Amino acid sequence: MLDAIVQGILLGGYYAILAAGLSLMFGVVRFINLAHGDLAMLGAYLALFCVERLGLPVWLAVAATLPAMAALGWLLQATIFARTLKAGILLPLLATFGLGAVLQNGMFGLFGSDTKSLGNHIGSLSWSSWQVPFDISVGKLPMFTFVVAVFVLGALHLLLARTKVGRAIRATSIDPEAAELVGIEAARVHRVAAAIAVALAALAGAFLAMRALITPYAGPAQLIFAFEAVVIGGIGSLWGTLVGGIVLGIAQSLGAWLSPQFFQLAGHVIFLAVLGARLWRTHVAEHGGWRNVVSGVRA
Amino acid sequence: MNLLDVENLVAGHGLLTAVRDFSFSVAEGTALAVIGANGAGKTTLFRTISGVHRAQSGCVRLAGRDLSAMAAPKRVAAGIAMVPEGRRLFGDMTVRENLQVAGEHGRKGPWNLDRVIEALPALEPVMDRPADVLSGGQRQAAAIGRALMCNPRVLLLDEVSLGLSPVAVDSLYRSLALLRDAGATMVFVEQDLDRALAFADRIVCMLEGRIALEGRPERLDRSAITAAYFGLDERAGEGVHA
Repeated sequence: MLDAIVQGILLGGYYAILAAGLSLMFGVVRFINLAHGDLAMLGAYLALFCVERLGLPVWLAVAATLPAMAALGWLLQATIFARTLKAGILLPLLATFGLGAVLQNGMFGLFGSDTKSLGNHIGSLSWSSWQVPFDISVGKLPMFTFVVAVFVLGALHLLLARTKVGRAIRATSIDPEAAELVGIEAARVHRVAAAIAVALAALAGAFLAMRALITPYAGPAQLIFAFEAVVIGGIGSLWGTLVGGIVLGIAQSLGAWLSPQFFQLAGHVIFLAVLGARLWRTHVAEHGGWRNVVSGVRA
Repeated sequence: MNLLDVENLVAGHGLLTAVRDFSFSVAEGTALAVIGANGAGKTTLFRTISGVHRAQSGCVRLAGRDLSAMAAPKRVAAGIAMVPEGRRLFGDMTVRENLQVAGEHGRKGPWNLDRVIEALPALEPVMDRPADVLSGGQRQAAAIGRALMCNPRVLLLDEVSLGLSPVAVDSLYRSLALLRDAGATMVFVEQDLDRALAFADRIVCMLEGRIALEGRPERLDRSAITAAYFGLDERAGEGVHA
């Protein structure tokens, strides 16, 4: 069981990278990108393309993929996301759902339906591990992914707290109109946020491709995991995504420890429990405390 | 010389026209007070001048330069900054960050953190507190400081003293007087008629989106202002000049 918890914590690093982009988009742009998981897969396939077709070393391929995917995020925000945002809450969901379908079929057309992986390009990193006390095995790749997640979230934290563009992002996320009144171009800030978000999705996709087999249609499942991590950790909270990712990872690992079929189910149950608790807390706060809610139910 | 010219401005919300064929000018280094009852169109007027609300027609000129096609950030760069109704501070950010972010994206000029604190001393002890926890007076001071960090040529202040205690209002107007003495050009909305008359160089009274009365405070009769304010004067809405 202790081993399952450790594996869950490390898995949380991957979920944190995946969820950070989704959280950033929602926190800054107020936009739920249903194609986030498919963009992660596109990043993975782009890295695979760089390795298998262009012959780049895997880490160079990942490094080349990130700016390309950031540019795609910028472009998507400028051309699709920003326009759909003006039309209310439904159109962004429909547009990104459609974008996801286009990406899935596009990847299927370009790369085929065979499962693929970056795992066989990273040598022993994909399977080697450290043995630590209590008969726990710590995989080097999961540990590396977790360290990268902490580094990426720390870098994002510093970007948001200490830099001009970070302050502009935070100001825009709080009040886009007030931000415009101090000279910040909110639309430009949204494009920056989308670029970071899509690059993060691509990084997560690359790590997924290193630890597992991927297919063009794996994106929606990753979107669900990212969404669950974001909700568990608190929407818009950067470090909350790490906490959410870890909680989700532990739940899934413990579920798998009980029975392999419970891997996803345990994560969904924790997600629903946290969501229910948050909704209940909001309901209680709106009614002036739990005593009022209970007395209202009795009446 | 006029610094700000608003010409035949029309703005509204859907089918409702809130600002109707509105024109006025503000000379450099002077303060213009816009007064009027709730719903008169003052906030829509300010939002349209600042560029966050799109005008249906008309023109906003700053030192002769037409800003009408510009979005709000470009108008800030040109020299128009606004303290919006409700202050609209970035609540999770500290006062220092609120000022910093304006200084980083606004127009370049003489205003910086030190000078803002000098002009608004109420900010000094709260610089590193989140804007959300400030008192009403501190929030207004922070909002004015944030606008000043944009180095505006014209400062728009919407509902400048709304919700503040008398002590905070006194402190606020002392700071505004210092700004005016330093040559700032201001257009402000004030519900307190006595304050407006005492501070402004000119008064514009709005009624249903139009100018009901305008003139220099010393030349305006109190009863005429009241009549224009509430629409009791038959000539109200025709733009009475004093």
